[in-house]
Amino acid sequence: MALSATATRQSSRNPGSGLLLGFLGSMNLAITLLVTVGIASIVGTVLKQNEAYQNYIIKFGPFWFEVFNALGLYDVYSAAWFLLILTFLVLSTSTCIYRNAPQMLHDMRSYRLNVRFSSLNAFHNRHEWRTNSTPAALLASLTPVVQDFGYRIRSEQQGDHLIVSGKKGAINRLGYLFTHVAIVVICLGGLLDGNLPLKWRAFTGDIAIETRDIPASEVPPASRLPVTNPSFRGSVSVPEGSASDMVFLTLRDGYLVQPLPFTIRVKDFRIEHYETGQPKSFESDLVIDDAERNEPLEATIAVNHPLLYKGYAIYQASFGDGGSELELRLWPLLGADGTPRDIAGAVFKDLELDTSVGKLQLELTNFRLFNINPVQEEGKEKTLRNFGPNFSFKLRNERGEAVEYENYMSPVTMDGRDFYLSGVRYEPAEPFHYLYIPVDAQGGIERFMQFNTWLHDLERIQRIAGETAAQSLPESKADAPELAAGLTQSMVRLVTLFAARGFDGVVEEVEASVPEAEQSSVLDAYLKVLQTMLAVMYAELLTENGVDLTQGISMQDSVFFDDALTAIGALGSYGAPLYVQLDSFRHIQSTGLQIARAPGKTMVYIGFALLIAGVFCMFYVAANRLWFWIDTKDGQTRVLLAGSGLRHQRDFEKEFVRLQQILDARFS
Amino acid sequence: MTQNEILGEYRRRSFWQTLGMFDWIWALAVLAGSGFVFSRYGAVMDSYELAIMAGVTLALIATGWSWKPLRMLSVWVTALTLFAIWRYGNTLVAGETDFFLKFLFASQSAIMWMSALFVAATLTYFVAMLARAEFTGKVASAMTWSATTMGLVGLLVRWRESYLVNPDFGHIPVSNLYEVFVLFAVITALIYLYYERRYRTRAMGGFVLLVISSAVAFLLWYAFTRNAAEIQPLVPALQSYWMKIHVPANFIGYGAFALAAMVGVAWLLNDRSSFMSARMPSQDILEDVMYKSIALGFAFFTVATILGALWAAEAWGGYWSWDPKETWALIVWLNYAAWLHMHLTRGWRGAPMAWWSVIGLFVTLFAFVGVNMFLSGLHSYGEL
Ligand code: HEM
Repeated sequence: MALSATATRQSSRNPGSGLLLGFLGSMNLAITLLVTVGIASIVGTVLKQNEAYQNYIIKFGPFWFEVFNALGLYDVYSAAWFLLILTFLVLSTSTCIYRNAPQMLHDMRSYRLNVRFSSLNAFHNRHEWRTNSTPAALLASLTPVVQDFGYRIRSEQQGDHLIVSGKKGAINRLGYLFTHVAIVVICLGGLLDGNLPLKWRAFTGDIAIETRDIPASEVPPASRLPVTNPSFRGSVSVPEGSASDMVFLTLRDGYLVQPLPFTIRVKDFRIEHYETGQPKSFESDLVIDDAERNEPLEATIAVNHPLLYKGYAIYQASFGDGGSELELRLWPLLGADGTPRDIAGAVFKDLELDTSVGKLQLELTNFRLFNINPVQEEGKEKTLRNFGPNFSFKLRNERGEAVEYENYMSPVTMDGRDFYLSGVRYEPAEPFHYLYIPVDAQGGIERFMQFNTWLHDLERIQRIAGETAAQSLPESKADAPELAAGLTQSMVRLVTLFAARGFDGVVEEVEASVPEAEQSSVLDAYLKVLQTMLAVMYAELLTENGVDLTQGISMQDSVFFDDALTAIGALGSYGAPLYVQLDSFRHIQSTGLQIARAPGKTMVYIGFALLIAGVFCMFYVAANRLWFWIDTKDGQTRVLLAGSGLRHQRDFEKEFVRLQQILDARFS
Repeated sequence: MTQNEILGEYRRRSFWQTLGMFDWIWALAVLAGSGFVFSRYGAVMDSYELAIMAGVTLALIATGWSWKPLRMLSVWVTALTLFAIWRYGNTLVAGETDFFLKFLFASQSAIMWMSALFVAATLTYFVAMLARAEFTGKVASAMTWSATTMGLVGLLVRWRESYLVNPDFGHIPVSNLYEVFVLFAVITALIYLYYERRYRTRAMGGFVLLVISSAVAFLLWYAFTRNAAEIQPLVPALQSYWMKIHVPANFIGYGAFALAAMVGVAWLLNDRSSFMSARMPSQDILEDVMYKSIALGFAFFTVATILGALWAAEAWGGYWSWDPKETWALIVWLNYAAWLHMHLTRGWRGAPMAWWSVIGLFVTLFAFVGVNMFLSGLHSYGEL
């Protein structure tokens, strides 16, 4: 190829720098680099980038965690080796431009009038005519035709022959220049906006990455960047009614604080929903207070509609709770005293609780106003339903172990019945398991709580067990006190077992204490006794609550009984000595803003424009050349037409044939 | 003969003079169409959307001038779409009751027809090639044209349906995997039909339609098992005019790359079997189609990726975030840039390039669906 021929000539001229240039500008290196960048990029997509280091340790174990960390695999795209490859790509492309551009620019302009007959005669596309016209007449005749095909032409009398040269599509060559300059420009612009300087300063110890979870005001100066920092991309979460004059940049396993030259106040954050409940828009009303302005700037931003202010772009990136205030009611689940207690809290605040199992820390972690969940009811299609507000919290014991909960404020209808839902999980990675607390006839949780308390009230259980045992023994045995006492005792035992560990507790007890052959019959008997006992207690509770049972128990109350038993049976694995009910709330949201300053953006965009222009020039502008050699031979005028297309050989061939036919008609 | 006579004989014709009556009718019709849309919806379109519409109008006129069959396609698509919209009126109910909608032109029905026709066309193309039956080949082409028509009608009617479901939901149907698979099938078919006419051969049809049929198979599986055809509202991140240009540009790229890969398969078979080579165009032609297609794909993929970057700058706060989808777009792009370098500057030809283009399809495929299936990121649409 002509290009590689040029390269060899250059390198022989100056061996030292020629070798280096030859290496940098070589096609092999370019292709190798392109493929390497591709493969390296794959690594970064397969391994999730920039996660908390804790997650990587869990995933890979301590050894591989260190290995991968050393290789920079958690942030591939700013790892030193990746940047090195990119640098080589830029160098290689620049060298390539440096070596090819002059030749190409020269080619573009030149008409190449100094050609030899023999070389034209060797072209694949050529045609020869012999006519009696004069060369001047031929020239006049072919000129408009060739021009009509889009060629610009030059002619020159060279000794005994006239040479006419035509070219078109010269900007195809500019295409090469544009694309390759674009690559360099884009990479440099990107570099300007990347966090390379930060990494460098962190590496040299100039700045210290903060890893502690502390308020921004307490972050030491070593982890604060100057307000003049020209390029960054950080984020901050601002509650409604609050303001921020800085953002956080995440770096490695920590963050840095980037102050802003203005303050952003958040007046309001809104989510609009489609009628199906999916979010339709996220918007924040912002006020920018800037000492350089006379009055604050008010603006509303939304997803896809950022605010540009003084070269800072402020984006709506996410949202969350901003510390909603919650009124809570604590229902004891263990013990005979079921009196609830009211306390006030707020999301992100911790409360100390004294409970029957010791001190517990109640950590309120989140509040969500809307909870759109898919619901699959039997025989119906899956639909989305709003379950209403819920809040999340952790209960942490004195040993520091925490269990996580997610409680819904209002009852949720499932299969036609209403329940208070409370999710519980012991590991963050687990899904929630739900406790379904049935709603009583008044729409509240009171009856369930009262019933649960009764099951922990030993005195009451003993009394009712005594009465029930006396009633259930046949008349004949009524005077056998030890029989009645034994029955009472086992009733009490069964109820307390059930209240502590549910039906499973009863089953386990039987399995542990009864020979295997008799287990199933004993269990049957036990469950029957337990069921009777619980039903009697429930009936007493209903009567006490003023329900008239003379006509028998209503369907609704009976379903409640079954659901309540299921729920109480599950309390054994609920892991909390109390149930936290949300009574009322004041919703305070926070908006997640992302703020970026990217001075390289203009450069990158110019690169984009060049790239598009260049690619289209290269592919869709055909660069063709034609030559006419006109001389006198054997008393006639001889015309040799030869031509070539740079890219689209087949298209050029067709064009050549058409041109030749038209000229045929005109020359003869 | 005097010089003047010679000059006078050859009349220079400018580009405009080469246009015939039908070209002008075409231009006027497209302009009238846009004018109509503008008069009806201009008030609710923002300036970007108006600019996009103007661009589409000009592009359509120009494409119709240089590729005449596009006009007939447009006439059919427009007529059938308007018919369907008219049958719908202002509610979706007609979709269940009206015969024409239920069995032909409601978007899901039209897309079913498209699917059936593409599969049938694939088989017919192969039969035509193996039996060297010209008429059968014409039938296959007609089926492909019809399938494309139905696909486009399906998409356009779906656009209208999205507004009928709920005016709030309305959006151009390029927002989830179901919709873009239809788009992929249609665009790949259109690019193929262009080359079929230009190179006057139908022998590549079966191969190219094979990849379309695979897309159709996926589409049907996806629609039936995941209820994917249901029209959903747009998440906030997708509510942008950028989507209207970014996604279609991407799919011109994907379609062209898929086509190049299938032509690569044809080339390789051609190379190995004299039975095949007797029935197919020369390797030179296949090679040329492969190059042209990759060049076309590369150009549009470049545009699409850049549009994506501009969009990202507006939606996510940075023009490049190394999000997996973004990164894979770059990988695809680098791959074909390397291919083009080898082809153009090294003059590589033959089997390696054909294999490379086949492998390219897998890289492209991963960027297209694999990322959504296996990797998580900011691209919120179309999780499987
Ligand atoms: C990031 C690196 C590069 C990228 C993305 C890139 C991209 C491109 C693209 C898109 C083309 C168009 C294909 C065509 O029509 O020719 C091209 C062509 C070309 N590239 Fe590169 N290129 C890169 C680096 C290089 C390097 C380092 C060289 C020097 C060895 C080089 C030499 C060429 C040449 C000679 C052409 C063909 C120009 C012509 O003949 O018209 N490229 N490149």
